[in-house]
Amino acid sequence: MIRAICADARDNVATLLETGRNGDKITVETGLDSNTATLQSDVPAFHKFALRNIATGEVVIKYGESIGKAVCRISAGEHVHVHNIESGRGRGDLES
Amino acid sequence: MGEDYRQVLRTLSGIANNPNTGATLIVGLGCEGIQAEELLKQINTGGKPAGIVIIQESGGTPNAIAAGTAKAQELSRLLAAQQREPFPVSELVVGLECGGSDPTSGIAANPAVGAAVDLLLEAGGSSILSETTELIGAEHLLAKRAVNSHVASEIYRIVNRTEQRAIAQGTDIRGTQPTPGNIQGGISTIEEKSLGCIFKAGSADVQAVLEYGEQIPREPKGLFLMDTPGQDIESITGMLAGGAQIVLFTTGRGSPAGSPVAPVIKVTGNHDTFSKMQDNIEINAGTIITENRPVAETGNAIYRELLAVANGKLTKAEVLGHREFAIFRVGYTY
Repeated sequence: MIRAICADARDNVATLLETGRNGDKITVETGLDSNTATLQSDVPAFHKFALRNIATGEVVIKYGESIGKAVCRISAGEHVHVHNIESGRGRGDLES
Repeated sequence: MGEDYRQVLRTLSGIANNPNTGATLIVGLGCEGIQAEELLKQINTGGKPAGIVIIQESGGTPNAIAAGTAKAQELSRLLAAQQREPFPVSELVVGLECGGSDPTSGIAANPAVGAAVDLLLEAGGSSILSETTELIGAEHLLAKRAVNSHVASEIYRIVNRTEQRAIAQGTDIRGTQPTPGNIQGGISTIEEKSLGCIFKAGSADVQAVLEYGEQIPREPKGLFLMDTPGQDIESITGMLAGGAQIVLFTTGRGSPAGSPVAPVIKVTGNHDTFSKMQDNIEINAGTIITENRPVAETGNAIYRELLAVANGKLTKAEVLGHREFAIFRVGYTY
């Protein structure tokens, strides 16, 4: 089975260790614990997928810290990357 | 001009006074902004030998080369008389850098380097974390480890300064930081990148924040933070100007970068990158991921490599002749 690493128990995303396809079953390792997840989209190696549903505007958590916010609803198992997560920092594009 | 002038001057003199530098020959044109005599004065305060050649005074290229060669011969004879002496690990200052990061950097390479840095600091050595842009999103974690509230506020000050510079550009920093390569590799935001980057600093408290190219103090020993940009070459040059003698460089996607002033040891957490770029990379931390090896094991290997390089082992970057050098500018050229 394809492995993924969840960096911290508080995370809502995990990092896939090899390329995964929609429907693949994934072993998610959080420290010494492991769980299974199913991919809902193709996810390239070392990219992230959601461990649970994430609402629009909800904080995406990796390493136990915020890595940005969801720009739309993200379903568990979906690829999480620049198309559906925005950063809160260095946003010179936003009106202050 | 102004701060930009002071920064360039302090970087050049810092490089000349780096422990790895034997002597310096300053080649000046004669009329430029940074005057050779001024640089020589700065270098002399550090005590390393230096000489000057001025192209306009020598009378053009062949004459300047002749004068410079004669000066360099004198300096070489001085250096040839030096004897190798043993020094304790507490004299080592190691610069930390990441370039071409991908998500394996935060999972494998940086934690392994962090373990090695902890070993170095336990032995009394010092280390410099840098790349202020790559602290955005993680600065609060470092500030918690500051030795006092002044250092904590300095951490916030330099991160805020860098972020404001980026915001003033009027665009989303994403695409520059993280870079297109970082993004292709799977890093989605600067926060994600930074949180993965700071692992390479290990677990020590932050002793002080240094400006770009500012000299690391003799005491205390420990972990320092230097304000450098994420651009690898400028960042490495700044840390070397501050006194770093060896650089530990983690990479996800691969980097050949070296320096003319110091050995640069490469570590990757991406096993594919290690296979593809073995000619450039010393340590494969990818086994932490592929074979579930403990981080401490690779950390020990990195620390042993660090000591071997300190004792004379050539890095791959040196063997290949990589001598990248660049100074971070904070002003325009006029």
